[in-house]
Formats: sequence, C-alpha cells, structure tokens
Amino acid sequence: MTPPYYFGTIAALSEALSVGKVSSLQLMREVIARTREVEPRVGAFNSFDELDALAQASASDLRRTEGRTLGLLDGIPIGLKDVIAVEGQPLTASSRMLANFVSPYDATVTRKLKAAGAICWGRLNLDEFAMGSSTENSAFKPTRNPYNLECVPGGSSGGSAAALAAGCAIATLGSDTGGSIRQPASFCNVVGLKPTYGLVSRYGLVAYASSLDQIGPMTRTLEDAAIVLGVIAGHDRNDSTSYPAQIPDYRSAMTTVRGPWRIGIPKEYFGEGLDPEVESAVQAAIAHYRTLGCEIRTVSLPHTQYGIAAYYIIATAECSSNLARFDGVRYGHRSSEARDVNELYFKSRAEGFGQEVKRRIVLGTYVLSSGYYDAYYLRAQKVRALIRNDFLAAYRDVDAILTPVAPTPAFRHGAKKDPLELYLNDIYTIGVNLAGLPAVSIPCGFTRAGLPMGLQLIGQPFREAELLAIGRAYEREHPWAERHPSL
Amino acid sequence: MSSEPNINIEHIATLARIALTDDEKRIFASQLGDVLAYIEKLREVDVSGVEPMAHAFPVFNVWIEDVSGPALPVEAVLRNAPASRDNMISVPKVVE
Amino acid sequence: MQYEAVIGLEVHVQIRTESKIFARVRTGYGFEPNTLTDPVVLALPGVLPVMNKAALDAVIKAGLMLGCRIAPVCKWDRKNYFYPDSPKNYQISQYDQPICSGGSVEIELPGTARNLMGEHKRIPLTRIHLEEDVGKLNHAAGDSLIDFNRAGTPLMEIVSEPAMHTPDEAFAYLTALRTVMIYAGISDCDMEKGQLRCDANISIRPKGEQKLGTKVELKNLNSISFVRDGIGHEIKRQIALLSSGGKISQETRDYDGMTGTSQSLRSKEMAHDYRYFPDPDLMPVKVDDAWKDLLQAECPELPFEKQRRFFEQYRLPYTITSVLIPDRGLCDYFEKAVGHAGEGRAQPVGNWIVNDLLREMNVQKQSLAESRVRPEHIAELVKLIDEGTLLSNLAKDVFVEMAATGMRPAPIIDARGLKATTSVDELEQWCREAIQSNAKSLADFKAGKDSAINAFKGPVMKAAKGKANPKLVDETLRRLLAQI
Repeated sequence: MTPPYYFGTIAALSEALSVGKVSSLQLMREVIARTREVEPRVGAFNSFDELDALAQASASDLRRTEGRTLGLLDGIPIGLKDVIAVEGQPLTASSRMLANFVSPYDATVTRKLKAAGAICWGRLNLDEFAMGSSTENSAFKPTRNPYNLECVPGGSSGGSAAALAAGCAIATLGSDTGGSIRQPASFCNVVGLKPTYGLVSRYGLVAYASSLDQIGPMTRTLEDAAIVLGVIAGHDRNDSTSYPAQIPDYRSAMTTVRGPWRIGIPKEYFGEGLDPEVESAVQAAIAHYRTLGCEIRTVSLPHTQYGIAAYYIIATAECSSNLARFDGVRYGHRSSEARDVNELYFKSRAEGFGQEVKRRIVLGTYVLSSGYYDAYYLRAQKVRALIRNDFLAAYRDVDAILTPVAPTPAFRHGAKKDPLELYLNDIYTIGVNLAGLPAVSIPCGFTRAGLPMGLQLIGQPFREAELLAIGRAYEREHPWAERHPSL
Repeated sequence: MSSEPNINIEHIATLARIALTDDEKRIFASQLGDVLAYIEKLREVDVSGVEPMAHAFPVFNVWIEDVSGPALPVEAVLRNAPASRDNMISVPKVVE
Repeated sequence: MQYEAVIGLEVHVQIRTESKIFARVRTGYGFEPNTLTDPVVLALPGVLPVMNKAALDAVIKAGLMLGCRIAPVCKWDRKNYFYPDSPKNYQISQYDQPICSGGSVEIELPGTARNLMGEHKRIPLTRIHLEEDVGKLNHAAGDSLIDFNRAGTPLMEIVSEPAMHTPDEAFAYLTALRTVMIYAGISDCDMEKGQLRCDANISIRPKGEQKLGTKVELKNLNSISFVRDGIGHEIKRQIALLSSGGKISQETRDYDGMTGTSQSLRSKEMAHDYRYFPDPDLMPVKVDDAWKDLLQAECPELPFEKQRRFFEQYRLPYTITSVLIPDRGLCDYFEKAVGHAGEGRAQPVGNWIVNDLLREMNVQKQSLAESRVRPEHIAELVKLIDEGTLLSNLAKDVFVEMAATGMRPAPIIDARGLKATTSVDELEQWCREAIQSNAKSLADFKAGKDSAINAFKGPVMKAAKGKANPKLVDETLRRLLAQI
C-alpha cells in the first residue's frame, strides 16, 4: 500500500505493519496530523488524547518487535463514538450533562479492542445521547459532512462516520438504535454494520433505548467490518441481553460463503418520498446482483408503515427511564441554582439536556404514564412483534433483503427543523432495530452534486458472515469507498 | 389511546423532573401533539393474539453466581461527584 | 360504636447474599460510606444489571416455606421515581408478575399466661417479590449526604392480605415471619440493621361491616415493638377521629417510636406515577420443577411444625418449646443432646438447656457456637444425675464448671470428689448410727409420726458429706426402721 496511510484499510495496514513497511507510531502520527489539519472544518471529535494514542502506538510497536502482536487490529487507531466508555477518558454523549464526566471503567467493546491491541483513539461527536440523525443535536458543535461541509454527516454516529471519511481514523465504532450507524455511513461513503441485537455487548454503551441499541463497526470496506466485528462480538456476562452465539471468523467466512443468493426487495421500501437519485443507485445495485445470477424477489413487509410509530414509543419510553440517572446528584451537570433536591433535579436536567433529548424524555414519560401504558407501550411491543414476523416470513423465501438506507442523501445543515419530519426519515432503518436483525450500509455511488449514497442489506439473525459476503459481491466491483473527500 | 391526544405537558415534565420554560412548553406541546397524532396510526393494526415483544431474542435465566468482585475505590466514586463531604455525595437538603 | 381494625403488612427483608442483586460488589452493613459500590451500583452511564442467582434461590425458598405458588415465569420491571438514594432513579422490581403469590404465615397469639400456648392462626399472603434496596440518606443541617453501600442489596417484599385485626396479631405475624426467614438462612432479620423493615396499612370499620375503611399507610416501624405500638396508636387515632365526627384521609404517616406519635408525610413523589414497564436490560426468569425440588430439599422444618413434633416426640412442655423453637440452632442442639441422652431424658435435657445453658451463655455473653458446653456433655450430665451418680443439688455447680472449662461432667465430678455414695454398707452404717443416736425421733416414728424420719437424714447426709442419694437414704432408713 501507499501513503497516505490514514486512508488505508485495516487489512492493508495490518499487512504493512507486519512487514515493517510502517510502524504503528508512524501511522498514529499521520492520523494525528491529518486530524489536526481537517478537524477544525469537520468537527468530528469531542476530544482526543494525542499522548495517550502515541503511547498505545509505541506499546504496539514494542509488542511487534517482541513477537507478541495481538492480531490484525494491533496498532490500528480506532475511533470511538462518545457514548462508549473508555477508562480515564471523557464520556460525554455530546451532552452538557456529561461535559466533565470521566469514565472510571471500560466498556466491554473497549476492553476487547484493547485486548486486540487496537489504539482507542478519540471521542467522536454524536447527536446528544444518540438522539437524532444529523449530529446537529450535539451540545458542543455540529459535525460536518467531509464530502460537503454545508451538509450534515447523518447521525447519530455522525462523528464516527465523518472522522473515518476524513481520514482521522482507520475504523470507528458507532451505535445504532434506529439507523444511527447505517444512515451516517451512507451519508459519508463508508461501510456501517449494525449487528444482530445481542451479538455485541452493550456494557459500557450509554443507553438510549436498551432493547434496540447495538454497537457496530464503521469501516472503509466490508472486510474491515468483518475484522472489527470478529473482535467486538461475543457473549458477555455483564450484558444480560448478550446472546450466547457462536462467533465465526467473519473475515474468512465472508470469502467462503458463496451465492448465488435470493435477494428480497420489499415493495414498501420503494415508495413515496424516496429520492430518485438514491432509488436509481439502489436499482443499479439490484441489477448488479441480477447479473451475478442472484434471484431477485419482491417481498412484502406489510407492517413497515407502523415502524416509526412503534419505534418512537418504545425508544422514547426506554430513554425516559434510562436517562433518569442523569440528575446532577452522583455525577454530571448540577445546577448551581438549586435550594433543595427537587429543584436540583428540575434545573440540572433543564440545563443539562438539549431540546431533542427533553422532547424524547417528555414523550417517553407520557407514553408510560398512568393509563396510557396499554395503549402505547404494550401495543407498540405487539406491533414490534408483527414487524419482526414480517421479516421472518420474508426470510422463508430470500437470504437477504436489499433496500435504500435513507430516503435522501445528506441534507444541508439546518434544513430539517420539524422533529416529526426528521423521525420519518428513519423509515428504512428502523424496522431492522425493531426486529433485532443485522444490517449493513454499503456505499453505492454519488449524486450529481457529489454526495454519497448507500444501500442497505438486511440479513438473518446472527448470520453476519453471510450478510457481509453478499455485500462483498457488490463492493468488489463497486469500490465506491475508495473515493475520498477533498478537504 | 384517546382519539385526540392532549398532552398535559406540565404534569409530564414534572414526572420527568425537567423544568421547561413557557416557550418550551408551548413548542413541545405542539410538536408532541403532531407526533402523538402520527402515532395514532397504531390503532389501525390488529394486534389481537399477538405476544408483546420485549426482547429481540429472549433467553431465560441469565444470571451470575453469588460471588463478589472488587469495589470501586471511594475516590473514584467521588471524582465525578458535583459535591461531596465525608466520603458521601452531598445534595441540597432533601425535603420530605 | 364498636370498631374493628383491618391491618395489612408490607415487610421488606434483606436477603443475605455475598454480592448485590444486580452487581458483583459485596453487600454489608457498617462499612465506611461508599466503599461497597461499583459502576453498576452507582448507575454510571453505560452499565447494565445482571441478576444474582442466590437472591432468586432465597425468594423461591421463602415462597416454598410459606406455601406460595411459584410463578413458572416472571420478569423484571422498572419502577420509575426520583429520589436521591435511588441511583438510577428507577428501582428494578417486579410489578405484575411477582415470583411468589398466595401462601400464608402461621402465627401464635399471646396465651392467657406466659406458660400457656396461645391460639394459632394463618395470615394469608398476597405476594412476595424481589427488588433492589436503595442507598441511605443522612440528613445534616445544611445538606443531605448519600451513602450507596446499601444500594442494590437484594430485598424481598412480602405483602400480607389485610387480614389482621389487632396490634398483637401484627406483632405475632412479624415474629413468625422473622423466625421462618432466620430458619431458612434467608436473612438475619436484624431490624436495627434495617434487614427487616415494616410498613403497615391500617383502616378501621364498624364491627360487622364488610367494606374496608380508608387506609392509612404507617411507615418507619423499625422495631418489632414499634410495630405493635405504632399500629395500636394508629387504630386509636382513627377511632378517635371517626368518633368525633372526623374523616380518615388516605395518607402516609410516619411513626416515631421514641415519642409514640405519628405525623402525616407529604408525598415524596410529587405526583405518584411509577410508570412501570418491563426492564429491557434483564431477561425473564423461568422456574421449573427441578429447580424448585432442589430448593425444597434445602428448606428446613417450619418452626411451628418443629414445635408440634417436640410436643409429640419428646413430650416437652410448652414452657421449654417456647424457648427452644425461635432458635433453630438451639433446637438442633437439643436434639443432638437428646440423641446422646436417650429420648426418655428429653425433658431434663430441655430444662438444662433453657435454664442453665442459656443462663451461662448470657452471663458469659456467648453465642451458642461460642459456648464450651457440648450437647453430649449435657446428655452425660443428665444421665449421671438420673443414675444417681450425681446429686442434683451438686449438679448446678458442675454445670458452671463445665461451661467455664469445656470439660465433660464426669471428670469434674471425679476431680472434686462429688460422686454420690453408692456403697450400701457405708450408708447402712451411717443410717444405723443416726437412728441409734436419736431415740426420741425413733419413738415418734414408731408411734406413727412419719415425718420423724427426716430427723435421721441430716446426720446421714452430714456423714456422707452431702454425697448420698436422698432417695436411697430414705429407702435405707425405712428398711432399717421397719426391722426395729
């Protein structure tokens, strides 16, 4: 491979590291220099700790010289969304509430990355508490799309997508509750994988909606996604919802699983509101699969139209409870105005949370409040079951489902102000979270205006290897991610 | 689910312990009204006989045996605390 | 008008486990503040609960012992409310699917006298569920200080039906419940340490009326006698209020045991709405027969069942069982001693335990485990007395030495030369001498005054240095007198 290394893939860089073509310290220095250069324009980082990263890089180089290299990720800088705990580092969730919070513990994924030798690099910006799809809801600053600084990078993992696209990390981790990995991946021309619910431990992930949240990799290629997933996946005793699944070697499995596959196209995902450029890019991908000999089948997911309503009930209800701990008592922002504990709650939370977070807490509190539980939460959970059943029924006939990721490419900053309008944008990604399925967003071209677009492949539970293999069949011949932004 | 969702924003904000300004109350009430009106869609769905889905992949009896591990040192407990005294978290007087 | 009180109790029992219910840090009382916490207990951002199997075992055991139905499947719910002692501002609890439902607690009401057994009855239970304890707030002059050591301790809430009518019943209920919990090793139930806490729901209604009156919740009944006093006080307050034309308002009152008064608490949640919903972080619990059977096998005999068995098997009087039964260890000790002494000697064994052993333990401030008197020692003592080797008037001293030294009684008796005289010749000789040296009493006896025999006994005992068996002395004297 050739410089600049900061646009390299894990696969290529680990090879370069192993043959001594580059050292981890050199790579880290390059990434730091790149970050210093572009970060003022992109705004992907809430913070980064250069000395800590360089120390981790030196330690990796030392391991390598002593023949104790820990694996493919050893010495590779991986950025973490600022909702994933790293011991001794800030954990802000891009909220004023946690502006000064330093985590005393590692998330399970952090522990696993460290055990694999990866350099945990930077705290990446997001919509406050992962609530949003534009990273405009960060309490600190909006992140900009490296392909067009006037546009949003998507969200909520906008910092993770933008940092990767801008060459400020080799891979990043995001979290996905209703599309928060996949949508920014599609807006920023990177791969974003939301694993099956329960495959990756949530321990140490600041919870938004517990029954929907999953951590996943954002990478330049599907192969890299497989490498990172292989490290972070697996049963964790600290997360009761972590599933005791067998973890294959995703990287080798994705090359051995072979098609042709039966690919489902859900008619409900290609209706009104879908941008024509996005639609034609996705159609082109479908055509590609057809030329590969895949059977393309129209399938129906009849409850799709209820997904957003069910999602916003379940997610806000859970968030209203999950975010109750942010009260200014044990940690976090405390109002200086409070004369008693009740005032402390009211004022600290009013001052510490942004508008969207307050809005969702209020909605969630309302749907759980006395007399409404059955009508809202319970009903939403039943609709959720129906949505999952739709997918499971479709999988009797197809191996994977192909859809757009988002109805439009990245929109301009400040373009979408109405909350409901923003919520409706999650239409293609939300069903996956409700059903607990794995899905990946893969770059599928650029608009005439030069904005990236993505396609979504939705797989069957715990069959990420197959999902990645199907994606690889497209990516191999359409390596859109090799096109970098000019910053 | 009432056919005309009417959110008592004051009461809900009290339950959620968030002080809202009058402007926020007005804006939230109208925005949440829109969202709730949208959510009314769910009433169309026939959910009779459907088991609510609480977990994507439920597993029973996920537990750990009764063994204790290390405690967090008290300095670490207090490091992020806005106020503390005598190794305890201090809060303004609790009014019963 | 005659009123009847209706009382239901909500009892919280801390389960004795090594680690907390959803975190792997140890539980404990009396530790330095905030030294028993971890990220999960403190509800730091990102942490998740994982349940502790031992807490489930304990609550299922409690349910089995109290005859509850054990739910085949149950789940966890979040009870949402803000309070500074609650780190997450929600409590993980069980709302509509408690792990145990139904069942009852057998109680004994006070007897008409201390040595008479009182009436037994069963107080039905509504449910038992599992939840987590909160931290502790210490109110200072200018602020409140929070210690989270207690937070996350497994807690079971035992809810009775409103089926009690007097403070005595409530007292008996709590006593019985506590004994069962201690028997099963579920909790030490030390109210001073907050291991057992009790709230009471109290209402009154005209006697004969079926409809329940407005209930008042009485909190902070933090000793068993406060429960009795507090409830008594509240019943009187309600009757006085109704009799004077007042109205009972549904409220929560705080009882102050020191002053014997109560006052209304302003609602701690401004608007009570707990917004229960299933906790998405925890998986449901399934209890199958195999698990239940395993726990059933670990359940000890219930206290009152043991008492009935002691009546039948050992013919023990109520006065002994009423001391033994509340202490399972003491019962086991008793049965071990009886095993060595033989069932026929159960009653004297029981007497030695409830009188002398407990007295010595009390004097030495020892627990049963610390006492140096072993069950086989008591058995031996009782046997020696029974066989006439040791005279009961000397036995108390022997016991004191047993307790002090941990020695068996026989060597003590030997060392101190306390063995009762068993030589018939020697005894006959002393008896002859006593008769010969007291002609007046001999004449009296022969004239039919039976009590005159006692005049000979003193000199005999004196000659025997107190070590003669009085029964034997009496027999020998009568035999010799008859020959004269």
